[in-house]
Amino acid sequence: MTEPTSDLLRFATVGSVDDGKSTLIGRLLVDTRQLFDDQLEAVATASAKRGVGDLDLSFVTDGLRAERDQGITIDVAYRYAATPTRKFVIADCPGHVQYTRNMATGASTADVALVVLDATKGLKEQTRRHLCIAALLGVRNVIVAANKMDVAKWDEAVYFAVVDQVNEVSARLGFTSSVVIPVSALAGDNVVDPGFMANWYQGPTVLQALEAAPAGSWASSSSGARLPIQWVLRQHGGGRTYAGMVNGGEFTVGQEVTLMPQGVKTVLKAINGPRGGLEVALPGLSVDFDLTDETDAGRSDMLATAPLPTSTNEFEATICWFSDKPLTDGARLRLKHTTRSTPVRVTGIAGTLDVGTLEVGPASEIALNDIGLVHLATAEPIVVDNYRDNRVTGSFILIDEVTNATVAAGMIGHANFL
Amino acid sequence: MSTSTHPQIDHLDLLESHAIFIIREVVAECERPVLLFSGGKDSAVLLHLAVKAFAPQKLPFPVMHVDTGHNFPEVLAYRDERVATLGLRLEVASVQEAIDQGRVPDPGPLGMRNQLQTRALLDGIEKHKFDAAFGGARRDEDKARAKERVLSFRGAFGGWDPKSQRPELWQLYQGKVNSGENLRAFPLSDWTELDVWNYIRRENVPLPSIYFAHERPVLKRDNMWLAVGEFIHPQHGEVVERHLVRFRTVGDASCTGAVRSGADTLDAIIAEISVTNVSERGATRADDRFSETAMEDRKREGYF
Repeated sequence: MTEPTSDLLRFATVGSVDDGKSTLIGRLLVDTRQLFDDQLEAVATASAKRGVGDLDLSFVTDGLRAERDQGITIDVAYRYAATPTRKFVIADCPGHVQYTRNMATGASTADVALVVLDATKGLKEQTRRHLCIAALLGVRNVIVAANKMDVAKWDEAVYFAVVDQVNEVSARLGFTSSVVIPVSALAGDNVVDPGFMANWYQGPTVLQALEAAPAGSWASSSSGARLPIQWVLRQHGGGRTYAGMVNGGEFTVGQEVTLMPQGVKTVLKAINGPRGGLEVALPGLSVDFDLTDETDAGRSDMLATAPLPTSTNEFEATICWFSDKPLTDGARLRLKHTTRSTPVRVTGIAGTLDVGTLEVGPASEIALNDIGLVHLATAEPIVVDNYRDNRVTGSFILIDEVTNATVAAGMIGHANFL
Repeated sequence: MSTSTHPQIDHLDLLESHAIFIIREVVAECERPVLLFSGGKDSAVLLHLAVKAFAPQKLPFPVMHVDTGHNFPEVLAYRDERVATLGLRLEVASVQEAIDQGRVPDPGPLGMRNQLQTRALLDGIEKHKFDAAFGGARRDEDKARAKERVLSFRGAFGGWDPKSQRPELWQLYQGKVNSGENLRAFPLSDWTELDVWNYIRRENVPLPSIYFAHERPVLKRDNMWLAVGEFIHPQHGEVVERHLVRFRTVGDASCTGAVRSGADTLDAIIAEISVTNVSERGATRADDRFSETAMEDRKREGYF
């Protein structure tokens, strides 16, 4: 039997380079016995080869040659773990500013952010940047590991200074929960096993906090049900069905649905799921729909229930910019939103976020790794919800038309704190 | 307010639907996709999902077998049975042909051919002008695979550049490539070995018989049990023994090891894997034992 999905938590590590994210994940995986014997041996061999001790825990996820040689994480590693109570999908993200795009990749599907920071150094600018990006991406719950407490001699004052800093930023960014745990990833205190060095700390270990965190928040939504159409399937006997993956809410047979952007109303006649006919199509399921009326629906159209999404050519959005070449007003790119790709033009830059002060200031361009507010105009109308209401129909990417590189992550509207 | 934590859908349902979503997305965005079909369990699951994604239509793309020439006969028979039953178009990218035509050096009749697969794969992609190749790779298999995107962009030489991967946000899979470039698409990225077996059991996905326990002559080499046959002969005092074994992965017959096992049903296999303390590739693949970064190095040269 497989577990119900409420027992699956997706989390991403967040924080600055060298504060110990990969070491913490290595510790978590080793102490919960997720590693096979041959994998553990391979980590030991690689550590010895580089003269970095018996077992460099960061090598558990830092699997690339360059990562091990340089001692940094370059790209996200995905690991899968299970404890008796829960399954985890772990995205161990890079901390270096140069690889912010990869951190955003890992955090874009996370329910929870596991923030790792060096307690002796406090909240660095890069940690604040990551927290901003996590908040923008819709992460509401953070677990903060105040790491290297062994170096800080388990000084209570060091820990509480971190708590104060975290609370201030957390209130500003609108996190609903942010537990701070004093940790030594290297020694293993308060990761899986409780630490006996901090008798003043009564809270959970990192593992306990992860096991208690709310799962499934990524897909939570306050929009109606949505089916971006991916493909039209020809049925035997000449009919057509419309295939895609459900998000936002559930569809029920017999229900009135609206084809967008056409605005045509019809009734859902039948639902086919991967295992056969269904009465109800739940979010996350790939299905195809048979409709009562003949329509000219095709890829990039959307079927929706109330409250309906908006069909628009012009909108405001928040973007994280990933290209070396700054984004300027008037720039032309391609936009991919749900299953639609269309040319897009920047019609205005409203400002960029200062991650230090968390204030938006005026800007004429958006540079690499900046978070900016922009106005965009698309060639074809796109059918959107605000990102705060629906992460699937509220998100898009921008693509360079010449190189086909993905140059920005975009969110319709703006976060509460902007 | 609704969430995907609905009790009526389980973990396997979500993995299945997500994989189907990825397959449809790639087929919609790319001109000439192909599915790499080795006859192994992961590609069997991938094929099963691809068929579901487009039912009742026929699969709108061909499958390609990168054939090292060192096959288990059971796997070849299984491949041909699947192709016939599902009405698939099969292309074979042959390592033997590449050797015969001098495109790759001949490693000798008993030499390991996994390294040479890359050349045959790239030649096959080029010959048919494929711009996207589906593979059954999973991130839990290897530390380099753990770093790779679901859609892995490959340049004109087919190589993977782990330092400049495209960002891949949310569920927005971006498959745009220029002429001569291609994508590798891995819809099973987030599946674990156990997920694959649980899915095979749930869906009754047919598999080659060598995945189940059977008695056969084997010999121990480099701490692995290799099947004695056309491609493996005893050398330097190696002793041939008969044992009850099964294969945990299926690859080139000259470098894929068997495990001692009496698991002859899916239930027994799942029970066995649930308590194992050796990884799938660690237990059975000689090709990954050469160096610390064997998989990364192969991928940089254009491997799956």
